[in-house]
Amino acid sequence: MLSSFAAKFNTRATRLTADLEHRAKIRSALRSYEKARDEKKALFQDWEAARDGAATIKWEAVNHLDAYLGRFVEKLEARGTKVFWASNAQEARDYIVALAKEKGAHSIIKSKTMTSEEIHLNDSLRQAGYEVVESDLGEFIVQLREEAPYHLVFPAMHLTRTEISDLFHEKLHSAPTDNPEQLTMIARRELRLKYLRADIGISGANFGIAETGMISITENEGNARLTTALPRVHVALMGIEKVIPKLSDLALFLPMLATAGTGQQITCYNSLIGGPRQPDEPDGPAEFHLVLLDNGRTQLLADAEQRDALHCIRCGACLNVCPIFRNVGGHTYATTYQGPIGSVITPHLRGLMDWKHLSYASSLCGACTEVCPVKIDLHHHLLHNRRNAVARNPDRWERFAFRAFARLTANPGLLDKLVRLSRPFLPLVRAARQIMPPPIKGWLASRELPAIALRSFRNYWKSR
Amino acid sequence: MKITLFVPCFVDQLFPSVGISAVRIFEKLGHNVDFKESIICCGQPAFNAGYWDEARGIAARVLKALSGQDPVVVPSGSCGAMIRNFYPELFKNTPEAEAAAQLARRTFEFSSFLVDQLGVRDLGSRFPAKVTFHDGCHGLRELNVKRQPRQLLEHVRDLTLLEMEDQTSCCGFGGMFAVKFPMISTAMGETKAASALETGAEYLVSNDSSCLMHLQGLLSRQKQKLKTIHLAEVLASS
Amino acid sequence: MNCGKQKEILGRIREALKVSAPIPHIARRQNASQLVQPKAWLPAVPPDQAGQLALFQKNCLQLKTEFCLVRGTEEAGRVAKELREKYGWSLAASHHQIQLDAVVRTLGIETVYMEDQPAQTALEKCSVGITACDALIAQTGSILLTARSAGGRALSVLPPHHLVVAQINQLVADLPAAIDLFSARYDGNYPSFATFITGPSRTGDIERILVLGAHGPRMLTVILVQ
Repeated sequence: MLSSFAAKFNTRATRLTADLEHRAKIRSALRSYEKARDEKKALFQDWEAARDGAATIKWEAVNHLDAYLGRFVEKLEARGTKVFWASNAQEARDYIVALAKEKGAHSIIKSKTMTSEEIHLNDSLRQAGYEVVESDLGEFIVQLREEAPYHLVFPAMHLTRTEISDLFHEKLHSAPTDNPEQLTMIARRELRLKYLRADIGISGANFGIAETGMISITENEGNARLTTALPRVHVALMGIEKVIPKLSDLALFLPMLATAGTGQQITCYNSLIGGPRQPDEPDGPAEFHLVLLDNGRTQLLADAEQRDALHCIRCGACLNVCPIFRNVGGHTYATTYQGPIGSVITPHLRGLMDWKHLSYASSLCGACTEVCPVKIDLHHHLLHNRRNAVARNPDRWERFAFRAFARLTANPGLLDKLVRLSRPFLPLVRAARQIMPPPIKGWLASRELPAIALRSFRNYWKSR
Repeated sequence: MKITLFVPCFVDQLFPSVGISAVRIFEKLGHNVDFKESIICCGQPAFNAGYWDEARGIAARVLKALSGQDPVVVPSGSCGAMIRNFYPELFKNTPEAEAAAQLARRTFEFSSFLVDQLGVRDLGSRFPAKVTFHDGCHGLRELNVKRQPRQLLEHVRDLTLLEMEDQTSCCGFGGMFAVKFPMISTAMGETKAASALETGAEYLVSNDSSCLMHLQGLLSRQKQKLKTIHLAEVLASS
Repeated sequence: MNCGKQKEILGRIREALKVSAPIPHIARRQNASQLVQPKAWLPAVPPDQAGQLALFQKNCLQLKTEFCLVRGTEEAGRVAKELREKYGWSLAASHHQIQLDAVVRTLGIETVYMEDQPAQTALEKCSVGITACDALIAQTGSILLTARSAGGRALSVLPPHHLVVAQINQLVADLPAAIDLFSARYDGNYPSFATFITGPSRTGDIERILVLGAHGPRMLTVILVQ
């Protein structure tokens, strides 16, 4: 039985995989990334050792999460940060909405944070009457289009400059232009006033440093710096798994995140924030709130087999190499985290039976595991999710079929005879493909059937 | 030495010449080839679908049939990976754990057995054609097979190897994936087939017949002249 | 405002961690102190200052950071004046710092100082933000600065041009060295904000085409005083 999410996935995937324009667009978008990524990887003296090192640091952090989180929060609170621990999305949203009310805010500016997508923060804030503006260019664009981000690092990857120009013309009344620089300047001008007027700036955090009580924010545009510099209140939203032990660990993570994520040696701005503005500083927010989010992460933590999925640094490298992602596109996943990592963790965060289909929609090629900077065993976890789904609630027909298959393979001679017998019927099967059961019909929609050999290998062997 | 050939179901029934080629190659090298008629499937379809109990039942028969000391050679990266990498996981914390580990240690994919275990690269083969090679994902990423097929093809007389772009991207077969998500499987296969066609090769070679079956299905439907052939069949040619 | 579900979340974490997860294989092979060696894995950096300077310059070129090497504060001031002519700066913003003050004085344009707590709208009108820094990083072509060393958070990001005046002894080899410097310099009394700046602001969000000056400064100039 397909969940409604699974059925929608199939519908969207059918449409997108037939869209050759989409396929070509994504392919060309990723080509330039691939070239840059390979160049920067080659600069490393030992990329594979760096992966091992990064995996080791993350193992240490996640497997002693209570200790490191404790230290992290203690240091933050000592210097004036207000830390709020949210068990779930609702608690996080409620805290932030209440804060906006308390501060008498009108306008809120946001820098890119997938965690806020995860908890659907913008909708809550808007419903409560606040203006929420996304400042990251890609997020700004998809916000205007009222659609979800297409990719967790490149939100507007699926759009051409013409589509963006039309969008700006329609929503911002700007003159149409084919020039990416001019389009960027339109967004820059539009956002300038928003930065200066915002009462609250909401950011994410790529890492939380336990040793010094700081969050680290990685970006290229400078919008996160502005979001966390200008408004009088700064709220950062961070998943509990983002904590790393030491400041010096960033020397490894920042270049690896940039290399794997965007094909850069390091991104343009990597900022450390350790609290509200200090007395000897000329500017900065008067208040800094950090909202720590569980929302199913402790559930994933409890699954020791898949715990390493919490090592994720959200670089997006697994999406970029995934042939499924490349063909169905980010929106088909219909959930915050797309691609291989999304397929692994979404069942834990949002329910196994509703979201197991993402784990099945994979050929298990393993390209994701190969590129992951922190060595998450991604494609094997897809197998684990499948096994867990079957253990929870097997499909009766499927199980029957596999049991029958098991019995048949226990009698190879019989299987051989049956296949020999079916051989003359193949042309019929081809001709009647429209009325064939889904597996055969699905195959025949685009592929010819293989020929069944006249003589099987075991026949040959017997006659030797 | 005595080599046990494990012939997966699709090779047995659909591509027997792959198995026959492997037998001929090993016998030409002076080895004895054994084949266990009591088994036909490694259990991967059930395993990949999440039915690990059923997979274990099938795999237990394989464990029993292949018990011993002889190396087991599989002319398929995916079935080879199932036995070598996944049997230990499947039988973890069961009485068969040790047997699974022992079998895994002496199970090899066909090309890696020739090159890494037997130290053979030149089989005296001849295959006068332009070919391109597709790396099956299980062989590539589960078993680290990449260099070996190319080292073997290098010594095939009159053969020209034209590497395709995106040679390590998945063909889209993925077992049940091919029929559970046929639209995605097809899109992936089309991309792969296009890369292969771009090389101008006459033959598309791989070390996994399941990949070739899927790609040939697409190529035939597209009425392309590009033919698929297994590495063993190329190496058995003279 | 309360702190929320701290106890419950920590409780769930401790419960979850009662079952251990496999240790990454490398941890089994080596002992803990040898484990993480970023210097040995990250891109190589020349050990000498001349080599590092050349690498920093090469990175600047690639990043489109304008780089000016000068001898002494006087020349720095002259170069700053040339930049002013080149870019048509009318209003500057800066902060007080010994080596910086001399350069800004020579520049000779109306300057807003962060110490005077200017309104953000006033800062927005400035053509250039002029700051000192904590370090220059050869390996990546980056600049490390903090709210304490560079006049706050907004000065180096709001104006469309950011000019950094640095001294040669601020050049360090790589990220590990820069982080060590930061830790040693601020030793537990950290500024609330620090940042590694690597080139002018940029985006690739439109068809993966590189555009400079997305929200942060479109121009970044480093004057390095030998």
